[in-house]
Amino acid sequence: MSEQTVMIQNEEEVLLSRFPEVVKKDERKGYEGYIVEAKALKDFATTLRDELGYDYLSSVTGVDYLPEGKMEVVYHAYKTTGGPALVFKVQVPRENPVVPSLVPIYPGADFQEREAWDLLGIKFEGHPNLKRILMWEGFHGHPLRKDWREPFYEAEHKPYKSRFPNGEFFRAEDRNPFGKNVDYPAGFDPETWTPDNSNALIYEGLGRVEKAGDDLPTEQIVVNLGPQHPSTHGVFRMVVTLDGETIVDLEPVMGYLHRNHEKIGERNTWLMNMPFTDRLDYLAPMSNNFGYALAVEKLLGVKPPERAEYIRVIMAELTRIQNHIFAIGMFLNDMGAYFTPSLYAIEERELILDIFEAVAGSRMMVNYFRFGGVARDIPEDVMAKIRDLAFERLPRRIDELDRYLTNSEIVRIRGEGVGVLTPEQAIAYSAAGPVLRASGVPYDVRRADPYSIYDRFDFDVAVRYHGDVYDRYLIRMDEVRQSIRIIQQALDQIPEGPIVAGKQQYQHRVPAGEAYGRVEGPKGELGFYVVSTGKTNPWRYHVRAPSFINLTALAEMCKGHKVADAVIILGSIDIVLGETDR
Amino acid sequence: MSTKPKDEGLNSPKYEIPEDLQGTVTITTLDRIYNWGRRNSLWPMMFGLACCAIEMICTAAARFDFARFGMEVMRPSPRQSDVMIVAGTVTKKMLPQIVRLYNQMADPKYVVAMGACASGGGPFKEGYNVVAGIDKYLPVDVYIPGCPPTPQALIYGLMKLQEKIDKQTIKEVYGQPSEMIPIPVLGPDIMDPREYDKIREYTRQKAEQEAAAAAEAEAAQA
Repeated sequence: MSEQTVMIQNEEEVLLSRFPEVVKKDERKGYEGYIVEAKALKDFATTLRDELGYDYLSSVTGVDYLPEGKMEVVYHAYKTTGGPALVFKVQVPRENPVVPSLVPIYPGADFQEREAWDLLGIKFEGHPNLKRILMWEGFHGHPLRKDWREPFYEAEHKPYKSRFPNGEFFRAEDRNPFGKNVDYPAGFDPETWTPDNSNALIYEGLGRVEKAGDDLPTEQIVVNLGPQHPSTHGVFRMVVTLDGETIVDLEPVMGYLHRNHEKIGERNTWLMNMPFTDRLDYLAPMSNNFGYALAVEKLLGVKPPERAEYIRVIMAELTRIQNHIFAIGMFLNDMGAYFTPSLYAIEERELILDIFEAVAGSRMMVNYFRFGGVARDIPEDVMAKIRDLAFERLPRRIDELDRYLTNSEIVRIRGEGVGVLTPEQAIAYSAAGPVLRASGVPYDVRRADPYSIYDRFDFDVAVRYHGDVYDRYLIRMDEVRQSIRIIQQALDQIPEGPIVAGKQQYQHRVPAGEAYGRVEGPKGELGFYVVSTGKTNPWRYHVRAPSFINLTALAEMCKGHKVADAVIILGSIDIVLGETDR
Repeated sequence: MSTKPKDEGLNSPKYEIPEDLQGTVTITTLDRIYNWGRRNSLWPMMFGLACCAIEMICTAAARFDFARFGMEVMRPSPRQSDVMIVAGTVTKKMLPQIVRLYNQMADPKYVVAMGACASGGGPFKEGYNVVAGIDKYLPVDVYIPGCPPTPQALIYGLMKLQEKIDKQTIKEVYGQPSEMIPIPVLGPDIMDPREYDKIREYTRQKAEQEAAAAAEAEAAQA
């Protein structure tokens, strides 16, 4: 028996004997982990964190089991020293779902619990700020509930009978009395209605600090940055309270690009979701494909052939490079070096996009991965191009960027000591990816819980120790260099052979069960939680989005800095709104 | 190389200009020279919504470079911009801001719907928070297909907009200020202030139907 299985058995004994009656193993077929009763959840989580070392709560989400009349909240916890997940669940009745909030134990659960409240209507007792997060206050209903239907609702699952096999078509607008996808509750009157003022709620929630012993009376003001603001990386809004130019409190407001990814994903067939994952983090489409393919492959039990594994790794690492250099370029934009460094970054990115276009047919929305392989092989001339990039051009160009930027006095002055996140905070807030590693926590899913064939490559987990904006810039440089190393090794080792396991099909019947597939995306740990009931469509499809969860720590990083620093701190987290809001 | 100056298509065909003055003197109509100036200095608003915004950035960058068409001056303020490129999915939560930005732009103003989402909802059309096409609220001049449109497609779309400008006259452009669009309100769902009557009628009918259905169910039980 290996050491790890002994450890897991010990954990099981500890948990089951410590909490008799209230903690049970999840015995459903295809499921894993524990089912905890709501009243014991907080003690259970405290034991996990303090005694068993599961200090990192990665994902919190809800599932609506409509036929059983239950709501389930699913938690995935990890050790930052590495290893597989510990999954635990709470089941509550659907009519009045109340679950104790885990924010006091794992602050990283904050936004995720708010999201579960917003979309599924699960109340988290003891949450400090339980408001809607993606939709606006006052929206009718909780859209991810299985009995909630959108205005353009047509049928429960795709492919819709009306289109296939009959091949009819019509405009969804023609069937709605307003010609738009809007619907209003019965008896609603727009004239007598008073708005739920979400803005007032936000403004009231912001902290104000009374300055003692200051004779000069000053007023703290509230400033909105965004949602339309050139430096917020899309439609993101920060509401800040300022004392002079110093940030007293900050609240991120999002949902301006909430495209209902998960609701649409539950209507789609399994394979139809693949192109939608491209549009999550649209700067890193290949990584998103990768995560989703891993999750579904876990359920299907297929393993891609060798060549496909290598192609996947090459593509995922190219994605990381193009994402990081773009992030660096945009970060310099935020610092005020308007567009010049980005031009250097975009030039290299274009070359990588050319490769994506050659293998997948599209620059950005690649739709390249399949369950059990990839869609197309890499042609010989494209392989030569990748070779040239990995061995010749990219290492030189990264050194060039490094030479221009790293020791630039402005970059150093503005970056060093700004937006510091300590390792303890980073773990508590469930920060992931470069943000976590720049704070001195060497946690990289590729090493901590290797997937695909990452255990074969020789690379270092980049880690920096100051946790400030400058280190988050440096770590992206380091990671690009490591990615180049991985690509070089993969190019040397890649074998010939098939690129997909078995025969490709459009309809997959996925065995019932749950699976959580996670990859180290450029922004951090990207996880896909899928639940299958054995049909051709997922019952639940949830994305653990690193851009979204990394923002939990934003307020903490910004407090005490100047308002101009908030812009670069946000730039250093590197968010993409498609993924933040989904 | 020929020394003949580049013909910008400014000269009106009816007038003969002596050969030694060609390149120095142009005889043209006011409309034409006015439109020539406008079409070659379209300032887009620096405003991106989703994936298409990344392609818009790439279009502005060195490889595609729409500065060649006089469009490189991206203005963060709507007051200074001529064309709003709606680059990405318009959500209901974002819509009031977009309409407000449009209202703030100075006349003459143009709207380009870039990509499938802005044109008609695209892959996210059925989403509960998605506006299925910005043309349900704003007048759109050019639609660019693609998901996302390549930089080439965006440039082509903007060239189509230039062609449209060429055909306009000062009278038309400055005849009337364009209409202010009432800003949609976030209620239980997005509400267009112009449709309040319709909404009231709809919710009244819906309430009646629900009451009737409830009464029927009760009768069936009894």
